[in-house]
Amino acid sequence: MNPILQVEDLTYVYSIGTPFEHRALDKVNFTLNRGEFVGIIGHTGSGKSTLMQQLNGLLKPTSGRVLLEGQDIWSDKKLTRQARFRVGLVFQYPEYQLFEETVYKDIAFGPTNMGLSGEEIDRRVREAAGFVGITESQLKVSPFDLSGGQKRRVAIAGVIAMEPEVLILDEPTAGLDPVGREGILQNIESYRRAKNATILMVSHSMEDVARLTDRLLVMNGSKLAMDGTPSQVFDRAEELVTMGLNIPQVTQVFLRLRQLGVEVPNVYTLEGAVEALCRLKEGKGHA
Amino acid sequence: MLKDITLGQYFPGNSVIHRLDPRTKLISVVVYIVALFCAESWVSYGVMLAFLLAAITISKIPPKSIVRGMKPLIVILIFTGVLNLFYTDTGRVLVRFWKLAITDDGLTRAILMTGRILMLISGTFLLTYTTSPIALTDGLESLLNPLKKLHVPVHELSMMMCIALRFIPTLIEETDKIMSAQKARGADFESGSIIDRAKALIPVLVPLFISAFRRADELATAMECRCYQGGEGRTKMKLLRYGRNDFLAFLAEALLLAVVIALAFFGL
Repeated sequence: MNPILQVEDLTYVYSIGTPFEHRALDKVNFTLNRGEFVGIIGHTGSGKSTLMQQLNGLLKPTSGRVLLEGQDIWSDKKLTRQARFRVGLVFQYPEYQLFEETVYKDIAFGPTNMGLSGEEIDRRVREAAGFVGITESQLKVSPFDLSGGQKRRVAIAGVIAMEPEVLILDEPTAGLDPVGREGILQNIESYRRAKNATILMVSHSMEDVARLTDRLLVMNGSKLAMDGTPSQVFDRAEELVTMGLNIPQVTQVFLRLRQLGVEVPNVYTLEGAVEALCRLKEGKGHA
Repeated sequence: MLKDITLGQYFPGNSVIHRLDPRTKLISVVVYIVALFCAESWVSYGVMLAFLLAAITISKIPPKSIVRGMKPLIVILIFTGVLNLFYTDTGRVLVRFWKLAITDDGLTRAILMTGRILMLISGTFLLTYTTSPIALTDGLESLLNPLKKLHVPVHELSMMMCIALRFIPTLIEETDKIMSAQKARGADFESGSIIDRAKALIPVLVPLFISAFRRADELATAMECRCYQGGEGRTKMKLLRYGRNDFLAFLAEALLLAVVIALAFFGL
């Protein structure tokens, strides 16, 4: 395990001292390792979005610390600014932040702010465009002439171009069709493979997180309720349901099968389900 | 950061003042302002202040938030105070340096003028703090209704005002979100020269305008889908009705105005 980002007793309170005071994060602790694909699930308002903005120094914790490679990102102004680049944050519906005349210029916004040389910026823009499948000719058009899914890819490329070691995405596939969703998830996965980057993804699709992630963080009522592998988390299905969350549909089917007396393991992906069913069939065939 | 702007923000509550008819509150504020400008002596200022403090107490608005709302106006207050302090020639000279002199009349005027502005603002704050923007436009539309005879598009104007007010928080939130997103890409809004800072706003303003137009478009479509066609023959879900408390409020206001005018008449 090679920790890159550590969160210690992180607490954040909105609008302190007004009637709108709200504790969005309450003593959250966890560690992200290099190259890990981690999913965050949680009900709306459970503190996911606030948590993400803490990790790259957009919001300052009320108490607690965020450590990037062991250094508190708030201990020095330079470190805070560095954290913005080393921890890339893709907001929900990121296509609404596009503003430049061409796709190329928009992707270059981040690297330019980093103060890189022209050559390096050019390399990064082309590489980032490659990761999300934006073609050479699309780099020259206005981002506003692209389709919704393509705009989303450009926006994600804008963050990837900074080559962050940790890439955080807030529901990157919200509002896209199945093909678009799959494409974006694959783009993210290929970026992780290429750069050994850590991915932290908020998602409401239990199927997606079950299939893609190595680890799941479950947020509930401003607290970190669970931290474990998808199988560990989805084994606690009833608890998840009380948090207003769900488990993958295939897991639901298998839970019901077990209740009916069929001897099947807990599965949470389609592949696992196929395998379990095959084994069941073989077992019966021999008997 | 941007959320701290109190644009005459509504302060939810359930006090007697919150429950008054918005028209009552609008008229009351006008009467209150008239009374404030009739008041010219310490005694009448005392009466006004007592009335204001009583109203604030009844409304249960924390005085702190009223004081906080005044902060942006400090410059105007100081300006008024200083101007009045030095521009009064009458009265006994208290202090004199170089060509400027402070007289006792000047001092009185300065205190009274800043006091008047303070009370003016607190009074109007009380209106916006205790009345939701929707109720406020409703009341305004109802009060301006007679102008329809002069072909003033009162309903359309109030609708526009209502929409504008409704979207201020939405746009502030949106601005906040876009700023965060651009900051996450390394945009810097806090340092550099004025020109640098102005330039840094482009990545915020472009998406903001686009989203404002998109919202306007969606809203127009949604209104048309519901067959919205303006004020003609339109009924209201919440009818405005005067109650007993409104009557009492009018009475109190009338009394206040009478007392202040009477005091002025007797030269107090």
